[in-house]
Amino acid sequence: METLWFILVAAMLTAYVVLDGFDLGAGIIYLIAARLEGERRAVLRAIGPVWDGNEVWLLATGGVLYFAFPLLYASSFSGFYLPLMMVLWLLMLRAIGIEFRAHIPNLVWRNFFDAVFAFSSTLLAIFFGAALGNVIRGVPLGPDGYFFEPLWTSWHMGPHPGILDWYTVLAGTVALAALTVHGALYVAIKTEGDVSQRARGIAITVWPILFFLTVSSLAATCYVRRGITNNYRAHPIALLIPIVVFGALAMVIWAARQSKDKLAFLACGLYIAGMLAGAAFALYPMVLPAVDPAYSLTIYNTATGHHGLIVGLTWSILGMALAIAYFFFIYRMFKGKVQVEEEVS
Amino acid sequence: MDSALLIHRLHFAFTVTFHYLFPQLTMGLAPLIIWLKSLALRNQDETYNQAARFWARIFGINFVLGVITGIPLEFEFGTNWSHFSAFAGGVIGQTLAMEGVFAFFLESAFLGLFLYGEKRLSPKMHWWSSVAVFVGSWLSGFFIVATDAWMQHPVGYLRTPDGSFQLTSFLQLLLNRWAWWQYAHNMSGAVITGAFVMASIGAFYLLSQQHQEHGRIFVKTGIISGLIFSILQLFPTGDRQGKMVADHQPATLAGMEALFIGQPGAPLVLIGQPDMDKRRIDNPIVIPRALSFLTYRRWEANVAGLDAFPEQDWPSNIPLLYYCYHIMVGLGTVFIAIMSIAVLLLWRRKLFTSRWMLWILLLSLPFPYIANTAGWFTAEIGRQPWLVYGLLRTSEGYSKMVSAGNGMFTLLGFMGMYTLLGILFLFLVRREIEHGPAASPDAGH
Repeated sequence: METLWFILVAAMLTAYVVLDGFDLGAGIIYLIAARLEGERRAVLRAIGPVWDGNEVWLLATGGVLYFAFPLLYASSFSGFYLPLMMVLWLLMLRAIGIEFRAHIPNLVWRNFFDAVFAFSSTLLAIFFGAALGNVIRGVPLGPDGYFFEPLWTSWHMGPHPGILDWYTVLAGTVALAALTVHGALYVAIKTEGDVSQRARGIAITVWPILFFLTVSSLAATCYVRRGITNNYRAHPIALLIPIVVFGALAMVIWAARQSKDKLAFLACGLYIAGMLAGAAFALYPMVLPAVDPAYSLTIYNTATGHHGLIVGLTWSILGMALAIAYFFFIYRMFKGKVQVEEEVS
Repeated sequence: MDSALLIHRLHFAFTVTFHYLFPQLTMGLAPLIIWLKSLALRNQDETYNQAARFWARIFGINFVLGVITGIPLEFEFGTNWSHFSAFAGGVIGQTLAMEGVFAFFLESAFLGLFLYGEKRLSPKMHWWSSVAVFVGSWLSGFFIVATDAWMQHPVGYLRTPDGSFQLTSFLQLLLNRWAWWQYAHNMSGAVITGAFVMASIGAFYLLSQQHQEHGRIFVKTGIISGLIFSILQLFPTGDRQGKMVADHQPATLAGMEALFIGQPGAPLVLIGQPDMDKRRIDNPIVIPRALSFLTYRRWEANVAGLDAFPEQDWPSNIPLLYYCYHIMVGLGTVFIAIMSIAVLLLWRRKLFTSRWMLWILLLSLPFPYIANTAGWFTAEIGRQPWLVYGLLRTSEGYSKMVSAGNGMFTLLGFMGMYTLLGILFLFLVRREIEHGPAASPDAGH
């Protein structure tokens, strides 16, 4: 039962990263890919109807994590107190940037909110990558299952790690590069003309960086956590995951070069999902490794009681089915490319 | 009081109070917008469609603010109240997660369609999208109230030896009697906010002699729904809510009324200040024996006073609780009076020429917000010193790993951020009001 919940939470988190990832990515490339007012509006209209729904996956994942593994939620959220508060502020700024820029046709007002949107999207991508880096590297959990991590300490591995050190910053840049490509491909699909071409160009330019960062982050992970490959040694079939990751990555550049944007975008989503699945598989059954392995949080010492897990599973499957149905409906309603308007203001 | 405890309490209180300024309007407007859209559909009258679109734009701005300020709350359970979360997450996490899965997905999916999809949809489908938005926002309200209701009146759980709560009955959690009455009371309060805001903006248009046709629709819709829900707010919902407090939280009731000494035939205090040193009400104006009657329907019934409970179990801030409760009840009574007079004038066909009444409606705009806020303060301060009533004290629930200084830093950060949000919000709403209901439907994206 706990294992099933581990898979469900990991799947929901993956859905969040893949979905909200493309609108974060659209924000990262926004100022470069879209230069004229009409182009910027086109990019915003491409994500306008869906970004809020994508972000709900974060809330839903948080909620499910909360009742399935209460101690994990409590420990990680209070331990990552400062960076999470910054994430909240960035999410707020980003929502303001998207939703409120259109209300006033004034160049300064719009440029300001454009910059807010791009800036917060970029930082969020780095933060989410660094957060994942922290989870993989391990945190200084005490015997009671709690910790508090400062923003940074010595930037080295050791008994007193900070949120930021060389490894987590590396993870942050991987996330930034991955979401840049992901978002660029989405914009390439949903727009036309110059914006679409510029976006595809960005994806092709960033791809070698992403490839290099992916390889070095995998190597760094094996160095930082020596036991990380244990699950893979026990179940060699799982080596399919890295094969899928690199296969998808190759597919991205191949399809993007031929302007097959949809294929490239799907491949990029598969790449991101593969990276997350690979990390989840390596961690299992740990959910928050500790610097001192004896204090690590696992699915077994953090899960709630049996009844809660059973009823939760029942309604969450129903709820997910409904959510997916809405998504298909909405994406169908807003399918097709958004037009780049002539300059009006 | 421990300063870290106080700061974590203020942190949640500040962010949740600010947050609830927005959902109370969106939840309250949702049924009124459906009503306007139904009239438009039935009468084939474009004026009603314009009215619905105008309120949909106001709804949209409020919705965004509600989402932006709502996300921190879910986080704060983990960041600021981690011990509470570790203890109770297995139970209240259920309802919080259901809000995300059942309400937010529905709402976020269909709001986009409702706000920006009118040209792509048939009028009937567009009407249905407004219903979906209504259902989403009201479901969301239910799951949050059910969460709070479990903290007020825990049911369907067992406690493990390490102190954490586990769910034993999902149905009891959802069918908690407390949850349903609190929900009815809360949602009726939200509609009152929606109704007053609609009537107030309508009165503004009539008094400033612009958009008069829309103004009359707004005032009429606002006062009729306002009267209905102001009455429902008092009876049966408020009455039943009070009865449940008397049954399950007698110390809270004593604190709300600042009844220091229990007695048969207890008086109802209308005005007066609780004096904590002398343990009495200063300058009281009372209705003799009314409290006994209202609580137990018998003039001579005995009402337990604070003296019946050990002081450590008293609500931790009795004057604040007393004032919040009395402000809520006092305003609720005034609302019934205002709306009754307005509806009477409407019936006599004098309303739209009675400038004094329009002025009253215009100026009444902030008061339902105050009443709703005071109501939630009554519920939450009344529950103190407990986080889960009778089982887990508030002082056991906050994040011990997060120091008072860190908590203060982020609290101040939120205050700054929310000040900015508040200014931006007022600015944008003012623009919508200035544009008026006749403006083109495609402002926004």
